[in-house]
Amino acid sequence: MDVIYLDNNATTKVAPEVVEAMLPYLSEYYGNPSSMHSFGGNVGAKIKEARQQVANLIGASPAEIIFTSCGTESDGTAIRAAIESNPDRKQIVTSRVEHPAIKNLYENLSKQGYHVTFVPVDNEGRLDLDYLYKCLNDDTAIVSLMWANNETGVIFPVEEISREVKDRGIIFHTDAVQAAGKIPIDVNTTGVDMLSLSGHKFHAPKGIGVLYVRKGTKFSPYMIGGHQEEGRRGGTENVASIIGLGKAAELAKQHLEENSYACVSELRDKLETALLERVTNSMVNGETKNRLPNTSSIAFEYVEGEAILLMMNEYGICASSGSACTSGSLEPSHVLRAMGVPFTAAHGSIRFSLSRYTTAAEIDFVIEKMPPIIDRLRELSPFWKKKAGLNN
Amino acid sequence: MWEYTDKVKDHFLNPRNVGIIDDADGVGEVGSLACGDALTFYFKLDENGKIADAKFQTFGCASAIASSSALTEMVKGLTLEEAKKITNEDLAEYLGGLPKEKMHCSVMGRDALEKAISCHLGEAEKEVEGEIVCECFGVTDIEIDRVVRENHLSTIEDVTDFVKAGGGCGNCHDRIQEIIDGIRGTVHPKRRKSPALTNLQKIKLIEESIEREINPNLKKDAGRLELVDVDGNRVLVRMGGNCASCIKSPVTLKHYVESKLRELVAPEIVVEEVQ
Repeated sequence: MDVIYLDNNATTKVAPEVVEAMLPYLSEYYGNPSSMHSFGGNVGAKIKEARQQVANLIGASPAEIIFTSCGTESDGTAIRAAIESNPDRKQIVTSRVEHPAIKNLYENLSKQGYHVTFVPVDNEGRLDLDYLYKCLNDDTAIVSLMWANNETGVIFPVEEISREVKDRGIIFHTDAVQAAGKIPIDVNTTGVDMLSLSGHKFHAPKGIGVLYVRKGTKFSPYMIGGHQEEGRRGGTENVASIIGLGKAAELAKQHLEENSYACVSELRDKLETALLERVTNSMVNGETKNRLPNTSSIAFEYVEGEAILLMMNEYGICASSGSACTSGSLEPSHVLRAMGVPFTAAHGSIRFSLSRYTTAAEIDFVIEKMPPIIDRLRELSPFWKKKAGLNN
Repeated sequence: MWEYTDKVKDHFLNPRNVGIIDDADGVGEVGSLACGDALTFYFKLDENGKIADAKFQTFGCASAIASSSALTEMVKGLTLEEAKKITNEDLAEYLGGLPKEKMHCSVMGRDALEKAISCHLGEAEKEVEGEIVCECFGVTDIEIDRVVRENHLSTIEDVTDFVKAGGGCGNCHDRIQEIIDGIRGTVHPKRRKSPALTNLQKIKLIEESIEREINPNLKKDAGRLELVDVDGNRVLVRMGGNCASCIKSPVTLKHYVESKLRELVAPEIVVEEVQ
């Protein structure tokens, strides 16, 4: 059975060009970039090139790029660096819809005496900016906000926020893991101090991330070890993945310049419009204006997400759900709850996330298969019958 | 991804006996939309008092649908006496086992069956028996006690997997542990008692907590909480603003307001809404 992969916010296919770029460094060129001989030194030169490619993607200079193992490490490093460089400040400001990668770190820090303020969002997933600015004060060590939400794709106004936060002399970090490679990012126009990204969200392999740290920002390493990454992140480089990430960044930049994401958003809109039209009691979660071009979170009322996903799985269609049952927790996604999405809809929310590899034929197939799946599950649902009864 | 057995997958993809029996002899309804799963179970008896037909409707995940389908198959041909003996373990076993985190689906099936039998025997809808321990999912001490005994559970996590209790805000974890310890015969030192407050001190502290902690938070949703009265540990409040019309306000009240006051004022606080 062919796989129709609409779960690209979870992870992406490694681009063939990326695999090709990596392969020699997994076989013949196995030297250590730190070595004195040219066998290793040549690898070092290739890493330098990758650093430049990543820097180009976000408008940074290469010295501002630190390679890490993943988005989670980048986020954790950024937050810890900020609080360690500001030992007198005990407040951390973030939002209620951040990724679990960072949410759980805050729980840990609260236990250590930090006060974490979670800025709310409205029912379309938009950040309450007044609330954000009002809670900033002399005690705020860092503001960390995601650039774009992984579940709904809603984009926060990072440029405006960054300006306001930095005007108050506070460090601003953004988790751009979902944004990088999908929308243009420029660290100079936005003025962020630190930014996290993760390779496997834009067609590089898993296990490689980046933390951008603006020149002049106080920094202390999380992983203390050798001199690698200018002493900002110890440990022998993940050479092949760094080279793969460089290639993926180059490809992403190229695609952004050619505006190929316009095709992705066209397909996304086609899917969304068709499903909303063909399935009654369905709606989009989050605002549709400022949204990643590849993401659509659709709530199908009165059915449960895990059951939907498993039926989609029968057709090889891959997506994600905001329902409780898929995660092993008993409550639906914290993002949808923070937005006040009613339970009737939150449990049956499905996230479709496309990539530049998604084809029109695949979208047509999903449009054909989804409505009967929802119908079938609604046939089983006692609430649907009751609702139908009320309508008659 | 969950590791479901082939039998679970089969009953999920090809559920048996879906539907309603209009002239059913017994109907049992359990669960709710908010909880994420719900089941309505129907049976019809033949002239010999055996279950001739059973049907179900379920909102929920694959294992909830499979458990319901399995239940309808298992009870057919049984007398009510025999059906009563079916346990949640039997249901899970029929399906070749369920992931631990999904055992509550089998408990839901058993509960629906029991309710349907009670309904047939004309037993009045039982008032909630026992005392609610888990406010988030409305689970009582009696239900927890039973599931711990029947399934030999030993941790809070087990209890959450089987009846969901403790899977929400987590405020009831101490109480669940007490129930487990009571059954297992272990004794933990009593929790520290909070320092005694005079009534006046307590009211003042509650007022302050509402103004400083709770209302600024509710304000985000354009909601507001007003203190009406304090009677011992009962705190009577009125929900205003958006909260007054919000269907989730009972959840906010129990989940957030009560736990906040328990944390800031006294662990015995119970919050009640007055109109």
